[in-house]
Amino acid sequence: MSERIKKRKFDEGLAELQKIGTDLERGDLSLEDALSAYERGVALVRELNQRLSEAEARVELLTRNPEGELRLQPMDRGEDAE
Amino acid sequence: MQLSLETAASALTVSQLTRRVRTTLESRIDGLWVAGEVSNFRVPPSGHFYFSLKDAQCQIAAVMFRSANQLLPFMPEDGMHVLAYGRVSVYEARGSLQLYVDSIEPRGQGSIQLAIEQLKQRLAAEGFFSADRKRPLPFLPEAVGIVTAATGAAIHDMLVTLRARMPALRIIVRPSSVQGKEAAPEIAAAIADLNRHGQVDVILVGRGGGSLEDLWAFNDERVARAIAASRIPVVSAVGHEVDVTVADLVADRRAPTPTGAASLVVPDRRDLLAVLTSLESTLAAGITRQIERQRDRLDGARYRLRDPRQALKALQLRIDELSERLQRAMNAGVRAARQNLEHCVERLEALSPLAVLHRGYSIARRASDNSVVRDATILEARETLHLTFDRGTAAVRVDSIQRPRRDE
Repeated sequence: MSERIKKRKFDEGLAELQKIGTDLERGDLSLEDALSAYERGVALVRELNQRLSEAEARVELLTRNPEGELRLQPMDRGEDAE
Repeated sequence: MQLSLETAASALTVSQLTRRVRTTLESRIDGLWVAGEVSNFRVPPSGHFYFSLKDAQCQIAAVMFRSANQLLPFMPEDGMHVLAYGRVSVYEARGSLQLYVDSIEPRGQGSIQLAIEQLKQRLAAEGFFSADRKRPLPFLPEAVGIVTAATGAAIHDMLVTLRARMPALRIIVRPSSVQGKEAAPEIAAAIADLNRHGQVDVILVGRGGGSLEDLWAFNDERVARAIAASRIPVVSAVGHEVDVTVADLVADRRAPTPTGAASLVVPDRRDLLAVLTSLESTLAAGITRQIERQRDRLDGARYRLRDPRQALKALQLRIDELSERLQRAMNAGVRAARQNLEHCVERLEALSPLAVLHRGYSIARRASDNSVVRDATILEARETLHLTFDRGTAAVRVDSIQRPRRDE
């Protein structure tokens, strides 16, 4: 279930979460449907929170080597003029 | 002048004459600036510019050879007012006056500005600036690409802003010079490289503030076309708020500064966390309400099912109550009717002629035809009358008759 959520775009996850909230507030779901919607909502909150909390930003440099090939390497944090 | 054999021999050929005029002109008039209006401008396949320069009264043929005109940033057009620097001479083959132009400046604006204006018109005509072409930016990109100088305020500001708003963000920098002759092709190649590498969801292109010459690369056609060709959305951030370059017009979004660009492409993590917290509360409140509602329904059903005899008793009470009310209503109706009847009888009795008798009047009738007597004058003497009283009747004989007085 978490794999499926991760592949989707953040704002789509957010939109689904808002829809679940509206459905629950409206109160015309059966108890079973309400409970599974709630579970799905809680899982979404957890997943989206996690996406926002992931660790350190990666900054990489894309350059061409003398052969003309593109190369990606981590950028030293001191490289940009502080 | 008389034509003699000597003059005929010493006459110049046309070529010689033309040559002499030409050399005289060239030695007597140096290079100079001429102000005029361009007309009849044409460029044959040779690449040379042929046109006329004119004012209100006169015009002169002009040519600007390809070697000179390929350095010109803008393209002259009919009607343009210009300053042309060149040499006057004679085009010998036709014996015509010719201005050989080395350089042209537009009047009223710099040639660089004019070149930019013409590029904008050309690109606008191709639809590069149209609003339909602008693509939406991804809400939360997983990776952001940056094309700018590897060091300097622009890259620093962008990295600081991006990290502050969204720490969990992958950033790929493709460095490029941002001014000078080589900048335009480098920037165009950098944008193409990020597209080829394909791992970023949005590209920032920009540099800090500078003069028009410093920003020149971002007004270059190659950069404009590279931005238009990019299948990844491009945000441009060139110079300060007031500088609007061609790159800004072609890009999918324009930001006034490099910091502004970083704010545009990535939302602030804190805002998103707050939204998630609020949604979490909404979910909890929603499910709680659902459960309570279900429980209420259950309680209600349970209550009704608890004792059917109670329900029956309640119904019985209700029936009794209702029938009592019915009874009362009926009685009240009968009483009212009876009272009504009694009133009617009283009124009838008051109006009855029999009630009049009770008051002492009597009714007189003639024995002959039983008609009621109102008028004494119709009576005959000794006639029999029947009198009816309140109680009983009597037969009487008329004794005497009095006629009424005149005023009766």
